[in-house]
Amino acid sequence: MSETHLPTSKRRSVNWIAVGDFARQYGVLIIIGALLIGLSFASENFLTARNLLNILNQSAPLAIIACALTLVIIGGGFDLSTGAIFGVASVSAGWLAINVDPYLAIVAGPVIGLMLGGINGMIITGFGVHSFLVTLATSLVYRGIAILITGGALIPVRIPEFSWLGRERIGMVNVAVIVLFVFMALMTFLLNHTTFGRKVFAVGGNEEAALLSGIRTKLIKIMTFCLSGGAAGLAGVISVSRISMAEPQAGVGMELEAIAAVILGGTSIMGGSGAVWRSVSGVLLIALIGNGFNILNVNPFFKDLTTGVIIVIAVALAASASRR
Amino acid sequence: MTASEVAVRVKGVAKSFGGTRILNDITIDFYKGTVHALVGENGAGKSSVGKIIGGYYSADEGTLEIEGDTVTRFSPRDALKRGVAMIHQELQLVPELTVLQNVFLGQETNRAGVLVKGDLSRFKTLEQTCEFGLDPNAKVASLRIAERQKVEIMRAVAREANVIIMDEPTSSLTEDEADRLHGLIARLKSRGTTIIYVSHFLDHILSTCDRVTVMRDGEVIRTDAIAGETKQSLVDSMLGKASEISWPQLPPAPADSVPPIAEMREVATTSGLSNISLSIRPGEIVGLIGLVGAGRTEVGRALFGADRLLWGTYVLDGDVQKNLTIHQAVKKGVALVPEDRRKEGLVLSQTTRPNVSLASLEQISRMGVVNRRRERDRVAKMIDHFGIVPGKVDGEVAFYSGGNQQKVLLSKWAVERPKLLILDEPSRGVDIGARQRIHEFIVEMAAAGVGVLLISSELEEVINLSHRGYLMSEGQIFAQADCRELTVQDALKHIFRQQGQEKHPKEGIAV
Repeated sequence: MSETHLPTSKRRSVNWIAVGDFARQYGVLIIIGALLIGLSFASENFLTARNLLNILNQSAPLAIIACALTLVIIGGGFDLSTGAIFGVASVSAGWLAINVDPYLAIVAGPVIGLMLGGINGMIITGFGVHSFLVTLATSLVYRGIAILITGGALIPVRIPEFSWLGRERIGMVNVAVIVLFVFMALMTFLLNHTTFGRKVFAVGGNEEAALLSGIRTKLIKIMTFCLSGGAAGLAGVISVSRISMAEPQAGVGMELEAIAAVILGGTSIMGGSGAVWRSVSGVLLIALIGNGFNILNVNPFFKDLTTGVIIVIAVALAASASRR
Repeated sequence: MTASEVAVRVKGVAKSFGGTRILNDITIDFYKGTVHALVGENGAGKSSVGKIIGGYYSADEGTLEIEGDTVTRFSPRDALKRGVAMIHQELQLVPELTVLQNVFLGQETNRAGVLVKGDLSRFKTLEQTCEFGLDPNAKVASLRIAERQKVEIMRAVAREANVIIMDEPTSSLTEDEADRLHGLIARLKSRGTTIIYVSHFLDHILSTCDRVTVMRDGEVIRTDAIAGETKQSLVDSMLGKASEISWPQLPPAPADSVPPIAEMREVATTSGLSNISLSIRPGEIVGLIGLVGAGRTEVGRALFGADRLLWGTYVLDGDVQKNLTIHQAVKKGVALVPEDRRKEGLVLSQTTRPNVSLASLEQISRMGVVNRRRERDRVAKMIDHFGIVPGKVDGEVAFYSGGNQQKVLLSKWAVERPKLLILDEPSRGVDIGARQRIHEFIVEMAAAGVGVLLISSELEEVINLSHRGYLMSEGQIFAQADCRELTVQDALKHIFRQQGQEKHPKEGIAV
């Protein structure tokens, strides 16, 4: 009786599922593509190599943080201290560049970040407190340290041996953009091709199963927080070198932007799944929206509003996918 | 009320997931006041039929009738309103709430939304029907799986459901507890409740159910009255071919002179074990015989370094262990296949390949970089070895049947042969085909010189698959037995006598 009805309904439903899966899988890229096309038509100043490279260059510090934060979130953690670590690394690097050595300052930023991230990780795993609470608290401590280092003042850093990192170009491409790509490749490699990456996925996906497979889950968690802190430190150094100024209040709110970018990209906040490219796409999407508003001269009030709405839509889509 | 009145009618139902058809043209009538069994191998689709009736899945094709009304867009909430309740294989309780709160979740005694007293007396009335003996104020998180299952059953009874779907209700109950559940089922049936009973335990089905539907590969093979059925006739229909329920031949036990791979002397642990002395030799299968809660799982965990030793000596592969961690145990060649494969075994957000590799990443990597080609080859070999279906290296293990999930979990430890293999309920909730394969695997491992510790609630299974067994009760090993001479009846007698002695030293309860 349903002979005639059956094949059409079947074909249609299969197609919808495939389309839906594709949209959920590559939603960020689709929206980025649509924005690129739309903005190209809206303004002839948009689709130039100069403008696109500028967007990348400006987003590099945030994107670096988001890359490493992806590993923390896949591992089932949460890091609210990246903005404060960014601040500590900024002022430490600034101080070292002036008082000791500019090259040492460039190396010291990420190393200090890594250690602060390690402290986060050790508190989280040592006391068994949720990473959300621990990093919320340490972010206040770290911000306090940043202010103590400078006594609240700004440190101007005008040293060519230091500012090349944020300002120089190789050919057309900014050094910071190259650093971003290298860092992104490194994080992708770590996550997808190493035993460490496998363990991160397992710890976030099912901590008990990971533990019962002989994985030192605490060590893996600490390492993800080290990476996230190190990335925040690196981002801080790039930023100081770019604006030639170290300020203790640098990076306030950056931790939330980074988390928003990771979620927007489609990495699951529940842990266990995600990808580095997703988070970079999330950063770029937010940057493109901002750039579009500048180019089109729209009231910047709408910028945050639009970004927020897009994040809500992305999260809702992801949630509907996991319910199915 | 006549027995032929239809409570639930499933007509021409089909269901697909991501292009795979899991149910095809299912038509079954469930009569009022009967206990109707759904049997079939895992993956045959019997749980899916239950989930469609319970409102958890919606059918792609066909209709569902509840008491004569065709229902569409049927959610679990709608199902409950129509008196259909489902008890899940994966229990759905709120661990941080008490037994009482869970049982009456969503239907607490209240006045205009404000909670008032009365739940406790309702609980006591309920307990008279159920006779489970649960403490209403215990937190569910503190209960064992078997007790959680009872809470789940009480919840369905509390909702006064006309139709109760039970998915593997006895899988973690002891025989005694299962008997009590079957008593409850009889009482519910006499009130006119329809029970849909999904299970692998054919003995339970034969003794408890009125009718049976046999399923295979997403289709109904036949529906008949239970009278006249035997274990053999059901198994033949399930497998589609005549087969025999048999135990594999054990390899010869190692000589007494062979030094043990693992030995414990008078060990006590933080998890409540005391007086544990045991040894496992390479090539030997050692069973832990006891009721649920006797501490069998804890012995496995102690050998694996998952629980701390308080005192006593633990010698693993010739070395005395102090503060053994799981990481070290795995490095020394100890493997543990845990009881709850979804919670403790598999990473369900990942595919088969990373799950199989998880415990032996060092063997397929150099300087921390995983060699993907070697990994794929190795996983493909295991899929072949166990006959895992679907046979995809990157199959979505979250959607596999219980038997195939278990095979993936076994692959994780079989891929690099362990020295000591601890199996906790390896065949729970898996179909007959997978069960036989798992039994063969245990024997294969022993024949290859692996020391095996087998834990199972099914006494028949432990006794038939082990060379030697330790009898356990109340966290202690109280006797050792040669399993080739032990019968299930004798083992039970010993265990109950031991329990009686501990609890009522003077009354001396005999079984």
